[in-house]
Amino acid sequence: WGGSSLVGNTLAYEQEDPGSNPTYYHSPLSCSEGKGYLMVHTLVNFHIFPLSHRKKLTERSEASTQVSEFSVNAEGEGEKVKLSDLLGKMEKTPKNLNKTKKQLKDLEKKSDTLELPLSRQEKEKIQREVAYVKTSTEVSRWESVVTQNRNAEQLVFPLIQEPSGPKRIEQVVSGWKAQTPLEQEIFSLLHCNLQPTHDPVLTPVEEASLKAMSLEEAKIRRAELQKARALQSYYEAKAKRERKIKSKKYHKVQSKAKRKEFLKKFEDLCKTDPQAALEEFKKMELLRMEERMSLKHQNSGKWAKSKVIMGKYDLVARKAMQEQLEMNKDLTQKLVVPSEDEEQEQEEPKALPDFVNDPEPVGDPANPWMRGQLSAEALGPEVSHEVERPTEQFPERKEEEEEEEPENEEEALLREFEQKRRLRQSEDKGFEPVVSEEQEVDEAENREAEEELSEKGEKDDEDGLAEFKNLFNRLVEPVILETGEEQGDEGLEEGLVRIHSLDDTELLANDHEASLVEPVPSDTSNMEASACPPSKNSKKVKVIDPSEVLTKQAKVIKVPHAPMMVEDEEVRNEQTTIIKEAFAGDDVVSDFLKDKRKLEEDSMPKVVDLTLPGWGEWGGVGLKPSRFKRRKFRIKPAPLPPRKDQKLPAVIISEKRNAALAAHQVCQLPFPFTKPEQFERTICSPVGNTWNTHNVMRKLTAPKVVTQMGAIIEPIAKDDFIKDKNPSKPQPNLQLTKDSSLAKTAPPGHKRRKK
Amino acid sequence: SISIQVRINQSSSLSSSIIHVLFSVPRNYDPTLHPFEVPREYTRALNATKLERVFAKPFVGSLDGHRDGINCMAKHSKSLSILLSGSCDGELKLWDLPKRKCVRTIQAHDGFVRGICSRFCGTSFFTVGDDKTVKKWNMETPGYGEREEPLSTILGKAMFTGIDHHQKDATFATCGQTVDIWDEQRSSPVRSFSWGVDSFSCVRYNPVETELLASCASDRSIVLYDMREATPLKKVVMKLRSNTLCWNPMEAYFFTCSNEDYNLYTYDMRRLNAPVTVHMDHVSAVLDLDYSPTGREFVSASFDKTIRIFRKDGGHSREVYHTKRMQHVICVKWSADNKYILSGSDEMNIRLWKANASEKLGLLSPREKEAHNYNQKLKEKFQHHPQLRRIARHRHLPRDIYKQRRELKEMLGSRRRKEKNVIKHSKPGSVPVVAERQKHVVNVE
Repeated sequence: WGGSSLVGNTLAYEQEDPGSNPTYYHSPLSCSEGKGYLMVHTLVNFHIFPLSHRKKLTERSEASTQVSEFSVNAEGEGEKVKLSDLLGKMEKTPKNLNKTKKQLKDLEKKSDTLELPLSRQEKEKIQREVAYVKTSTEVSRWESVVTQNRNAEQLVFPLIQEPSGPKRIEQVVSGWKAQTPLEQEIFSLLHCNLQPTHDPVLTPVEEASLKAMSLEEAKIRRAELQKARALQSYYEAKAKRERKIKSKKYHKVQSKAKRKEFLKKFEDLCKTDPQAALEEFKKMELLRMEERMSLKHQNSGKWAKSKVIMGKYDLVARKAMQEQLEMNKDLTQKLVVPSEDEEQEQEEPKALPDFVNDPEPVGDPANPWMRGQLSAEALGPEVSHEVERPTEQFPERKEEEEEEEPENEEEALLREFEQKRRLRQSEDKGFEPVVSEEQEVDEAENREAEEELSEKGEKDDEDGLAEFKNLFNRLVEPVILETGEEQGDEGLEEGLVRIHSLDDTELLANDHEASLVEPVPSDTSNMEASACPPSKNSKKVKVIDPSEVLTKQAKVIKVPHAPMMVEDEEVRNEQTTIIKEAFAGDDVVSDFLKDKRKLEEDSMPKVVDLTLPGWGEWGGVGLKPSRFKRRKFRIKPAPLPPRKDQKLPAVIISEKRNAALAAHQVCQLPFPFTKPEQFERTICSPVGNTWNTHNVMRKLTAPKVVTQMGAIIEPIAKDDFIKDKNPSKPQPNLQLTKDSSLAKTAPPGHKRRKK
Repeated sequence: SISIQVRINQSSSLSSSIIHVLFSVPRNYDPTLHPFEVPREYTRALNATKLERVFAKPFVGSLDGHRDGINCMAKHSKSLSILLSGSCDGELKLWDLPKRKCVRTIQAHDGFVRGICSRFCGTSFFTVGDDKTVKKWNMETPGYGEREEPLSTILGKAMFTGIDHHQKDATFATCGQTVDIWDEQRSSPVRSFSWGVDSFSCVRYNPVETELLASCASDRSIVLYDMREATPLKKVVMKLRSNTLCWNPMEAYFFTCSNEDYNLYTYDMRRLNAPVTVHMDHVSAVLDLDYSPTGREFVSASFDKTIRIFRKDGGHSREVYHTKRMQHVICVKWSADNKYILSGSDEMNIRLWKANASEKLGLLSPREKEAHNYNQKLKEKFQHHPQLRRIARHRHLPRDIYKQRRELKEMLGSRRRKEKNVIKHSKPGSVPVVAERQKHVVNVE
C-alpha cells in the first residue's frame, strides 16, 4: 500500500458519502509539514483504526497545502486496510445510507480483486474492431441496390430524374410575386377561395366539410348505402329468375302487359306532352326499322313464307328462296381480312407440327377421314350427308348447324395442313424428272444407301429435301420472272434509244442476240425451273404465280431516263458481248458436276492392301499372294457417313477445316458462355432492322447506360434507395450549424425512379 | 413528304417512333428473303469497329494559362462548365470550360496549392496549401474594385496535403500530419484521427455513405475512418505507397487506390485482406484517379505521361490517351455528365478529353442515335471474333512507353516463370500458389 494510493482511497471514500459526517476526515491532515511521511502514516493509522473510537474532531484544514505529494512513501506497507474497519463508523450513520452500506458489505464478501483496465492500445483496437463491424454491416445494406444496378438491362443516369412536364411555380422560384394585372387577378381569385398555393390537396372549405362530417352521419350514410345495395341485389336476382323462366306463355303474357302499359303511357303522353310523344314515336319507328332491316333476306318475311309454302310444289320458288338465303348468308357474314401472318404461315412448312408432314397411311380408301378428305373441299360426301339428313333428322338440324362452327374451324386448319403437304409432295414429284443422268446414277446409289437407313430417318431426310426444294424453287421463281421483266423492259428501252446510224442497229441486233444467249449461265436453275412449268390445270405443281395472287395490275412507274443512259447502255452491252465471247465454250454446269464427283471420289475411303508378298509363302516374279491372304490383309474401311451435299445437286459442301476461314472464327468459348451452342445462338440471332421490326430492333439495341447531355450525375443517394428502419438515426456527434439546413438539396418534386 | 420532313426536323420533340410511323414502308421480314444474316452483320460489325477507330479523336482542347505545373483540380458541384485548378506556384484558376478560358486567377497560397474542393452547394470552395492554411473562397468573382480575398482563413499547426468536403453537411476533412475533421464555423478541428506517426497524402469522403472517409498514408497504408467514431476503423498496409484513392459513387463499399507500383487496386471495404481487382497497364507510378459519375469506369493519371481508362472490374485498361507534349499527369477528373475527362499535367496545361474517344459530340438525330446503338450492339455481339478484336484493341503508343511496357512485360513474365519453376521443382504443396491479388497486401490492422 503506497501512501498516495491510500490517500486516493480515502478521497474516494469521501466522494462516496459526502454528507455523512463532515467532522471526521480532515483533522489528521492538520499535521505540520515537517513531520513528513511519519505524519502521513499516523494519519493513516489514526484515520483507519481509531475511527470507531474517536468521535469528535473540531479542527479542519486543507490537505493539499500542507501535505506534499512528494513526501508520501510506502511506509505502511504490509498493513492491510480492512473494509470492516471503515464500516465500523458507518453503522452509526443515519438510515439514508443503508444502500451504500449494503453495497459495501457485499463488496467485503467478495475476496477477488478487480482486473486491471486494458491498456490504451488494446482498448482502441477493440473500439476499432467494433466500429468497423458496425460500419461494414451498415454499408452492406447497399448490396441489393448494387447487384440490382449491375444486372439492370438499362440504367438511365441521373438515376433520379426530375419529373417531366411543367413544374409548379413555387418549385421553380421561391421568392416570386404576382406582377402583371392578370397574375394579380388570378391570385386574388385564388386567395378569395382560400385555395392553398403550395400544397393544393384540399381547400380549407373542403377540410372544414370533412371535419363537419361526424361519426353518426357516416353511420347513417353507410346504412343507407347498405340498404340500397341489398335492394339492388334483390332486383337483380328477381330479373334473373324471370329471365330463366322457360314458359313461352308466361313471357307472352308479360310482354303483352308491358306493351299495354307502354301504349297507355304513350296515350297519356300524347295528351300531356305531344312533342315528347312524337319523339317517342320516332324512336319506336326507328327500332321497328332496325328490326326489319335485320330480318331482311330471311325466311321470316311475308314473301319468304309464301315462297316456302310454294316451294313444295314450285321449283322456281324454291330457287328464289335459296337465293334469298344465300344473299342473307353473304350479307351477314363477317368480313375476313386475310392477314399477312396467315400467308407467311402457309409458306413456311417449318411451322407445321411433325405429324402433319407424315405421309398418310394407305388405309381404308372409303373412309374419308383416313384419306384426309375434308368436308368442304370434297363436296361429294358433304352433299350426300345433307341428302341423308333431311330424311333422318330434320328437326335436329338447327342444333347441328350450331355445332358445325367449331368443327369447321378445325377442318379449315386440317385442310390448310393438307394443302401444304400436297404442295410439297407435288413439288417433289415435279422435281424428280428433272434430274440429269448423272444425278440419277447418284440417286440410285443413294437409294441403295438409304435402304439401310431407318424409315423415319428417310422420311425426315425427304422432308428436309422437300423443304429445301420448296425454298429453292421459290428462289428460282423470281429469277425467271425478273428475266422476263428485263426482257420486257429492254423492249421498252429500245424504244427510247434513238438509232442514228447503221452501227447502232448492228449494236441493237447484237444486243438482241445477247439477250437470247443470256440465260445460259443460270442454266441449272432454269433447267429445274423449266421442267416444272406452272401448269394451271395440273394440281401437282403449286408454285405461287403472282398473276394469280395479285388480281390488280401493278402500276408501271415510268422513270425518265437521263440522256447519259444511252451511252451507258451501249457500254454495258458491249461488255456483255465481250464476256459472252470470252466464255463461249464454257459449260459451267457440267464442270461443276465433274468437280463435285471428283471431290466425292476423293473423299471416299480407300481400300488398304497390307499383303506382303513372299511372307509365309513363296515369292518372286510372276507369283501372286494367295487369294485367302489377299482377302485377309485387305482392309476395307468403314463407309463414311453420307455426304451432306448428297441430295443437293447444285451445292458442294466441304467439311474440311479452312485455315483462311479459321482466322476469322472464334477459337475459344468466350467467358459468360458455358456451351458453344449458347454462343452460336447469340451470334445467329440477328439484331438489325433488316431482320427485325423497328420496335424489336430498338429493344435489342438499347444501350446499357444512358446519360443525358448536360445533366450532372450525382452520387447515388442514401435517402432515395435505402429505407431507414429506425427513422431517428443517430446524428453524427459533430455539432452542425445552420448551414446543415442547406444540405437537404433534393427538391420536393423528386421521386424514386423504378427500375 | 418534304414538307413533313422539314417540320419534323424543326420540332425535335417528335420521337423517332412517330417518324417511323410516318415514313414506314411495309416490309416483308420473311427470313428467306434476307439470307446470310450472320455474315452481313459480321461485315457491319467490322465496318463499325473500323469506323470507331477512324473517328477515335479523343483530344478536345487544352486550357493554357498556369505558370507552373498543375497540382490539383476540382469540379464545381453544381455546374458542368466550371473547373478549378491549383498549380505548384500557389496560383489558383477558375476556368470556363465551354469557352476554354480562364475567368479568374487567385494567388491563393505560398508554395503549392495542395488541394481544392468545392462546397456541395457550389457557392464556395476551399483550398489548402503549403503555407499551413485552409482558405475558403467565394465562387463568385469579386466586383470591380474589390480585392480578391478569402472568405475565411484557418491557420493550422502543420502543412496540409489534401482536402475534401462532406457531401451534405458543413464539414470538411483535411489531411497532413493527421486527418482532421473540421466544422466550417470553427477554427480548430472537431476531430482529428491519427494512427502512429505518419503523414497522409490524400483524404476522401465517401460520396454515398457520407460519414465514411478513407486516406492514404505515407507508411504505405490506406486507413478508413467513420466520422461518428472516435477511432479509425481499419488500416491496410500494402507493399508500396498509395498516392490517391477514390470511392465509387454508385457502389458504396468499393474504392480504388492508385499505387506507386504502377497498378491500381479496387478494394471492397468490407474485405480488405485482398483487393477485388488489380488494374495493371501503366508503366510508371499512378498519381491520381477519378471515377466516372456512373461508377462503371474510372480514369487514372500516371507519371508515365498517359491517362488510362479502366472498367471498374477490368484488369486492363480499355483506353489510353497521350499526346506528344503532355508530361507527367498529376491530376485527373471525370466530368459530372460522364462525357469528358480533364487532366492536369506537369507542363502547365489542362487537357480536355472525350470519355469515349469516337463519340460524336453534340445533339444526335434519332436516326443517328439508332444507328449508333445498332453499331454498338454489333460491336458487342462480335467482340470475340479475332479480326474485330484486333482492330478494336489496337492503340498507338509513343515509343518510350511502348518500350517500357515491353520491358515490364518481360520482367513480369520472367517473375511468373520463376514462380512456376519453383513450384514445379519443389515438393508438391510445399510452395503455395499465390494469386496476383494476394501479393500486394502486407497487413490488415
